[in-house]
Amino acid sequence: MALYIKGMGNISPQKTWGEESLFKPVGYNEDRLKCIEPEYSQWIDPRQLRRMSRVIKMGVAAGSMALKDAGITVPQGIITGTGYGCLDDTGIFLTKLVENKEQALNPTPFIQSTHNTIGSQIALLLQCQDYNQTYAHDAFSFESALLDAMLQLNETPERKILIGGVDEITEASHAIQKRFGIFNKSENSLQLFNRPSEGILNGEGSAFFVLSGEKSETDKVSVEALTTFYKPDEESLVKGIQDFLKASSLKSEDIDLILLGKSGDQKSDEKVDRISSSLFSSNAIGYFKQLCGEYPTASAFALWLGARIIQEQTIPDGIVSKKVNKPLKNILIYNQYFGTHHSLILLHACH
Amino acid sequence: MDQLINNLKKQIVESLNLKHIKPEEIGDDQPLFEGGLGLDSIDALELIVLLQQTYNIKIANPQDGPEIFKSVKSIAAFIKTHQPA
Amino acid sequence: MKGRIHVAGAGVISAIGNSVSETFESLRHERMGIGPITLFDSVHKGVLPVGEVKHTNERLSDHLKVKTVTRTALLGINAAREAVKSSGLDLKRWRTGLISATTVGGMDLTENFFHDFLSNSRHGKLRDVIHHACGQSTELIADDLGINGFVSTINTACSSSVNAIMLGSRMIDQGMLDVVVAGGTDALTKFTINGFNSLMILDKNLCRPFDANRNGLNLGEGAGFVVLVSDKVKQAEGLKIDCFVAGFANTNDAFHQTASSPEGRGSYGAMQQTLDMSGLKVEDIDYINLHGTGTQNNDLSEGTAVKRLFGDKCPRLSSTKAFTGHTLGASGGIEAVFSVLAIREQCVFPNLRFETAIPEVGITPQLVFENNLSVKHVMSNSFGFGGNCSSVVFSKSDF
Repeated sequence: MALYIKGMGNISPQKTWGEESLFKPVGYNEDRLKCIEPEYSQWIDPRQLRRMSRVIKMGVAAGSMALKDAGITVPQGIITGTGYGCLDDTGIFLTKLVENKEQALNPTPFIQSTHNTIGSQIALLLQCQDYNQTYAHDAFSFESALLDAMLQLNETPERKILIGGVDEITEASHAIQKRFGIFNKSENSLQLFNRPSEGILNGEGSAFFVLSGEKSETDKVSVEALTTFYKPDEESLVKGIQDFLKASSLKSEDIDLILLGKSGDQKSDEKVDRISSSLFSSNAIGYFKQLCGEYPTASAFALWLGARIIQEQTIPDGIVSKKVNKPLKNILIYNQYFGTHHSLILLHACH
Repeated sequence: MDQLINNLKKQIVESLNLKHIKPEEIGDDQPLFEGGLGLDSIDALELIVLLQQTYNIKIANPQDGPEIFKSVKSIAAFIKTHQPA
Repeated sequence: MKGRIHVAGAGVISAIGNSVSETFESLRHERMGIGPITLFDSVHKGVLPVGEVKHTNERLSDHLKVKTVTRTALLGINAAREAVKSSGLDLKRWRTGLISATTVGGMDLTENFFHDFLSNSRHGKLRDVIHHACGQSTELIADDLGINGFVSTINTACSSSVNAIMLGSRMIDQGMLDVVVAGGTDALTKFTINGFNSLMILDKNLCRPFDANRNGLNLGEGAGFVVLVSDKVKQAEGLKIDCFVAGFANTNDAFHQTASSPEGRGSYGAMQQTLDMSGLKVEDIDYINLHGTGTQNNDLSEGTAVKRLFGDKCPRLSSTKAFTGHTLGASGGIEAVFSVLAIREQCVFPNLRFETAIPEVGITPQLVFENNLSVKHVMSNSFGFGGNCSSVVFSKSDF
């Protein structure tokens, strides 16, 4: 069933909050794209802020933005997805554990380190006693949250559920990932796809949405369908994508824009390059990871971007190479993560 | 005693990350929990860690916390009587 | 729900046994598995009792014939394989998913890495952090079972694996999947032992759930999985089914990050809504497998909620954490298997080491193993940090 987007909030390496219209893309000249963060005290009481690590502030603030955008104070369910969880507090507790040789350890970072802290903090602040779930499955974390919302709203469409995808970069996580040799040497992130290269740009972000199964006159965007593919071979991937479109009574030419989750790493992007060339050769294809970087819940950023594009009927600079003239009614987000995790999210303009 | 109380206020603000409060704003006798400064059970545990790390005093039973941590003054008094030589 | 969600198979590994049959023997003979730390070095060795699975990683990977990876995955593979085998199903014949749960993921190896990494950022073996993320343990299990349909991982602290069973049931009910292997796994780590120790809720003696003189929990480890199937699969495969998932619910206590509300509003809500969904009344429940960790706070809060909901119609109830310790993210999965066992064997399990009822609650749990009972409906509770409260009811197939 269709899920109607009632409100959104996004904290990302782009200026994605606090403005009315689509942003002007911001470029970075290093291997990590760090979030442009708001002044959190405008969203969170200082007495609660004191214990919150950065990733929790990002989650709570983006969640609050989405609720404000939707014009509601308390949702009837909170579902979050995070691949890495609360890395900073995990690192802090581990560090103290080693340094203090397991003695006199502060409890706060331990309590704050569990993946469900983000969703629980939102529930606590809002006194929301409803359904509360946290998915922690790498690049399917946000997709699982979205799927769960779909299942819930299928049963009780009148509810308004808050969902979100959050992940952060910390000094330690970046240093460790760097040792795996996975980062791109790009000097300008906005030119990531100008020529073939190796490696991804490390990214982070927090994007939240208020979804409902009930349509209203002011709704502009709906999430129509979603699917995931775990370690698929190319043949089953192609068939899977075709079946996905067929199930929504669409052909590939009905898709006005594909937001493709190419990462900048030539090797992992091979599959999606081949598939998009064969299935979507005459479609407008845009990229988004030059804006947000690569991280497990990057599809949440893509959902925000696709929804904003439909709302404004404008595509920001640097996303597509060719101008798109027709009305933007159907947007397909095709994300992939290191070639092993693929997902499709179909967006539709309500009017 | 005054020096200890002043130090304690600074340490409490720092270890509990009470960014919105200045140490000198905490009254010597002001209740720290239950209304007062509004601290909770996690803060009580943090104060136990503070006592161990800074003053070398180990509190084995968290149930003793509420009595010891009633106010900055009561903490100071506890330290004075329990701190190892 | 549109049809029934049948439990076609179960697998479990914990301090009291490496399989369902070993586990049942321990439960039947009231043999607990909590003892000293042996798996790793720690200042808490000889001080804090824990519920260890009685195999090293090397022994587990030898037995399973898999590479030595994170212990969380090894335990999970062990239990998930048993669950699938006991179902007799060929997973490739159906749209199959794996929904697992874990709180520690690969932390058992990460904490070793970190020790070296801290002294020099070029130190520490990278292979120790490859499977750090929660989802990685799940994928090791999925790859071992040959599942490449839907895979996901839940982490809602101690309520995680009941939530996995919930999602699996929903996906089958709404026709998205035919078979779901659902449950959870968690290994003992220095991280969790020290974390819980910093909260001062660990008992230096053997835990005493629901007792007036309880003094905290003992940590445990393990994995528990059930194989859930649709009506269609049950009929097509001619499966003999003992029980089905009758209902479930997930609420949030929204009181405090680690403490439960005194009146247990989250746990009350979870149990109440589970009954509603199951179409059952309080007097229909024959046995409650409590969350019952042994902490001052949980047992009082949960006990209060049980008393408020069941009143004088309180069924037999017990916390099996006195046997296994608190297995964190795996507890819901392990205790789901215990619930299935209770129905299969028409028995209830004892709440070990109980002496005196909590005065404010006045509940005396089941004190001995008892069979030859009529056990038609079993409720299992799992409540976690962050206020995450989940309950599930399993019902006998031909009740």
